[in-house]
Amino acid sequence: MHASRNTTAFARLAYSLAFGLTASVAFAQEVIPPVPGEGSTADHSKFEILQQEFKSGPEVTAACLSCHTEADDQVMHSIHFQWEFDNPVTGQTLGKSKVINAFCGNVVGNEPRCTSCHAGYGWDDMHSAPPQQSTAVDCLVCHDQSGQYAKLSTGAGHPPLGDVPGEPVKGQTITGADAWAVDLMKSAQSVGMPTRENCGQCHFYGGGGDNVKHGDLSSALYDPDIHTDVHMSKDGANMVCSDCHTEESHNWAGSRYLMDAKDTIGTGEPGEHRFSASCESCHSDSPHEGDLMAIKLNDHVDKVACQTCHIPEFARGGVATKTYWDWSTAGRLNAEGQPIAEHNFTQSDGQELHTYLTIKGDFEWGENVEPYYAWFNGAVDYTLPEEEIDPTQVVEINKVLGTPDGEDSRIWPFKRMVGRQSYDAGYNKLAYSHVWGPTTDTAFWTNYDWGKAIEAGMKAAGSPYSGEYGFIDTYMYWPITHMVAPADEAMDCAECHAEDGRLVGLAGVVMPGTNPNSIVGRLGQLLVLLSALGVVGHGLLRLLSRGKGGTH
Amino acid sequence: MSKRFVKVYPRFERLWHWTQALLIAVLMFTGLRVSGVHELIPFGPAVMLHTLSALTLLVVWIFATFWLFTTGTWRQFLPKVEGMLATARYYAYGIFKGEEPPYQKQMLRKHNPLQAATYFGLKWVVFPAIWVSGIIYLTYNFWDSGADSTFVLEVVRNIHLLAAYVIFAFVIVHVYLLTTGHGFREHVKPMVTGYDCIELTPEQEAYLESNEPGRLKPVAPAE
Repeated sequence: MHASRNTTAFARLAYSLAFGLTASVAFAQEVIPPVPGEGSTADHSKFEILQQEFKSGPEVTAACLSCHTEADDQVMHSIHFQWEFDNPVTGQTLGKSKVINAFCGNVVGNEPRCTSCHAGYGWDDMHSAPPQQSTAVDCLVCHDQSGQYAKLSTGAGHPPLGDVPGEPVKGQTITGADAWAVDLMKSAQSVGMPTRENCGQCHFYGGGGDNVKHGDLSSALYDPDIHTDVHMSKDGANMVCSDCHTEESHNWAGSRYLMDAKDTIGTGEPGEHRFSASCESCHSDSPHEGDLMAIKLNDHVDKVACQTCHIPEFARGGVATKTYWDWSTAGRLNAEGQPIAEHNFTQSDGQELHTYLTIKGDFEWGENVEPYYAWFNGAVDYTLPEEEIDPTQVVEINKVLGTPDGEDSRIWPFKRMVGRQSYDAGYNKLAYSHVWGPTTDTAFWTNYDWGKAIEAGMKAAGSPYSGEYGFIDTYMYWPITHMVAPADEAMDCAECHAEDGRLVGLAGVVMPGTNPNSIVGRLGQLLVLLSALGVVGHGLLRLLSRGKGGTH
Repeated sequence: MSKRFVKVYPRFERLWHWTQALLIAVLMFTGLRVSGVHELIPFGPAVMLHTLSALTLLVVWIFATFWLFTTGTWRQFLPKVEGMLATARYYAYGIFKGEEPPYQKQMLRKHNPLQAATYFGLKWVVFPAIWVSGIIYLTYNFWDSGADSTFVLEVVRNIHLLAAYVIFAFVIVHVYLLTTGHGFREHVKPMVTGYDCIELTPEQEAYLESNEPGRLKPVAPAE
């Protein structure tokens, strides 16, 4: 990748030196007009249908579809729209519409707050499939390049609108910013291929704030320095999300439900467009080049994922991630009966982050966090809401599958989210909760009553409820794959090859340096010790017996 | 019979010995680092140095083996039961009494029976064990075939480790024994200059005088 870029740059330089100079000398007076349409053959501001005062998002979509006739159908088949994913490995049906996570819990019962990030308009009831009319697709959220398109945080996917574009309006956007009236015409005329600003406004803010969920996806990636992300930094490869997350018919490669955890195909045939977001799809499965060390490092790729060494820590670049969320303490009010907010974590940029909120409970945050490591074959098995759990144990909200030394598995880094969340204490299963609902008398964030919130949540989900609830400790695993450091900042060998190395306790791999005192090691050391004692003893005896005859 | 200074270690053998000594020292140091016994140098460079030294030593060994067999020197390393007890008795008892060692270096027999047996064991068991295990260890990715391979690798690794410690123990005793008899300097000197004081039969002496005069030092006042 780098090599080809450099080659191209070099070729350009050589070309301009060879011909450009000659040309500029020969035609010094001539001004060559720039080639129009950077990266596209269409200037959308010239389309008449886009030169109108749009009244809503769906109106814009209708205009888009007048040319892009199949786009709505394509998008509606994608996970971005469906929020549903059939995992062929586990047979589970996953997706935001199905699972309970360790953060805000569940979508059902909390629309349109949660569906504000849906890549469509107007999905305000999880009981039915997302709206099926073609104009329900939100083209702009991914394609707007004007930078002023946004989604309202409580609008089921609709943008904030008002009489005067750009003026403040009521509410907040999905990134938590105070909302403004979006200029839909400007936005429609600006469209282009998605940039990190498009993907980021949903994916950087999952879980209710900047970097709360993933740990390796934060607003730091809008403009990261090279140490934070070698791929996305302007000083690095300056790539956008879709450079790796390749696309086929509005469907994207890369999924944390089913990852390409051990890509043995690599770059594929020359010119092949591979539908994979793996490192290997660009870097091949023998990415280190040059010396003996490179050979040795390439020897690691069968057992160790690229990410394990090349992302030494996550939540880099100055944005912390939530590492612990205890819902059980939520609901505490002060003496005046008012909700409380405590801010006891200072982010490296000086920002104070909340560590207690009456609506959400207690939090811990982390920056530059060392990952948790596990064997992973790419498939994730969820503890689904109908499954029975053991409340005396830490419940794994999702299990990462894979076996020590398994053919299909490698050692991967994860963010392990530690949680304490509600469950149905009678039926021993995860509980749905109704947290958002400003007008209901059951929503937790309005009434601070767990009993009501859980009862309402279970009812909304149509799930039998015993009437008793409690709280369980949970883990949730998030594969770490973004925020790749420059090569010279990759993890040092001794981070793992040491007695207290990072992979201690991980079975199925031979790791020199981790156990100098193994049985055989001890045996050998004993042998050496006995030899040393033997010669010392022998030498002493010789010294003592000296004089009784020469040493010749 | 007379004692003469004879070149017993040709240039190649001395070069081989000292290259091997240096490389084994490096291998021991880096090997102990890689297995985690010390942390005097970083892990990565230790692995590289260990691998490079091993490959170099392997080349030296290929030459040495060729040399041993073409020159017939390999016979020097054949063990002999005869005299072994006497030698063992000397190191365990006689040496403290100031007795003369029961064995004198001969022209075609540089090692005493104990030495010969030790070298025989080293060359036929320990060195092959460390070489074979080392090469299998190094080329893991060429033969790896899944979960069973990890177990095989663990076995190979332990064989390598044990053989390495045996060599470590040998080095300790080997260096110590240089201090016995005529003393450390006198023992090391032949491996540097090539010449050692050897008991020659008149026939051997006459042969060398007339056929290989370069291997004999002129009869100078011995010591």
